[in-house]
Amino acid sequence: MKGVEIHGMTRSAFILRGAIAASAAYGARAAGPYVARALAQAQSGDLAIVNFALTLEYVEAAFYKAALTGAKLRSDLKSLATDFGQDEQAHQQALTQLVQQLGGKPAKAPTTSFPVKDDASFLRLATTLEETGVSAYNGAAPALKSPDILIAAGSIVQVEARHAAALHNAANQNPAPRAFDKPLGRALVQSQVNRYITG
Amino acid sequence: MEETRVQEPTTPGALGELARDPSSRKRFLKMAGGSAVAAGLSAALAACGNDKSKSTPEGSALGPLAQYGAGDAGVLNYALTLEHLETAFYEAAIKTGTLTGRNLTRFKQFGAEEAEHVIALTAAVKKLGGTPVQPQQTTFPLATEHMILSTASTLESLGAGAYLGQFERIQSREVLAMALSIHSVEARHAATLNQALGHSPTPNGAFASPVTAEDLQGQIQTFLAG
Repeated sequence: MKGVEIHGMTRSAFILRGAIAASAAYGARAAGPYVARALAQAQSGDLAIVNFALTLEYVEAAFYKAALTGAKLRSDLKSLATDFGQDEQAHQQALTQLVQQLGGKPAKAPTTSFPVKDDASFLRLATTLEETGVSAYNGAAPALKSPDILIAAGSIVQVEARHAAALHNAANQNPAPRAFDKPLGRALVQSQVNRYITG
Repeated sequence: MEETRVQEPTTPGALGELARDPSSRKRFLKMAGGSAVAAGLSAALAACGNDKSKSTPEGSALGPLAQYGAGDAGVLNYALTLEHLETAFYEAAIKTGTLTGRNLTRFKQFGAEEAEHVIALTAAVKKLGGTPVQPQQTTFPLATEHMILSTASTLESLGAGAYLGQFERIQSREVLAMALSIHSVEARHAATLNQALGHSPTPNGAFASPVTAEDLQGQIQTFLAG
């Protein structure tokens, strides 16, 4: 793990310190597995999830940009696209930093292409992408180990859900068709997003 | 979603230590707050009860949450209290006859969804060995359509924020998945009601803010009649 300084302590040292505290409580022999598990959790699990979410945010941000530059939108949709595009960019920046803080390498922005040209195609794609976002975060968040990353994911997914509802309302559709939102596994999310990724 | 079961004993490992150690959490926040971009995010983190374990021993640190019971059953009972309140609100609002058209349609639908949350949470609390909280006597400002919509928006925003504020306390993955799937529905309701009032569907911008149990308690007090 690359050194991320936290008050003069790297994040891994900081996690190790916790593991050592745990080993004091559970017996010195437990230290080995705890250390390995703590590092594995912080690195592969959460990091992979955050990086995956980052890709999704890149795609969403790129979509709103494409819609604003390439499509003819009525004024209320233009203002939703502007606001929501800014939100997705803020998510993208926050997740990039989070990946770096976890000692990882942020996923690169993919090259994208969206068939967006008018109000109807905008609403169709925007609702699809935001719904994918909601189900992706809801599907991935239970696996997060770090409480702080969980709160970050929760805080973002709530905004994705608000976007989805607002877009459905703008399209004269039901903003909350189910009492329980369905989570989606990573493979399905990836295949939905891949339709818009060209490179 | 009623399939809740307790698995994974509370992480005794390093990350459990991290989660319980307020000084480590502060350090992480400091790190996360290092730039303007992360400001919204760290505000969300900071609002999320980082001081919950201050210097008080476990248990009393729960504060107003203690009355709902321990562990995941306690968290779900806390959520159930809010869902009862929302369900009672929609019933009362529809009964006034003030709402028409799209607003009436939405209220009927949202009310039915809150009632489904009540059923699911009640079952989950029982499954976890807890005693589900009962609905309380309520009173809501319902004199005009605007008051009704404002109250609805307030309740749904509190609901979404309250779930967000509890995620980190939940131990079971199944319970967390359930809370997440309700949380985003509350967010959809809140956004829709904001729009009905001519307000932004995302009043806190890119990062939604959690609501602590203390804040919630204070804000719902006016709706409790008993």
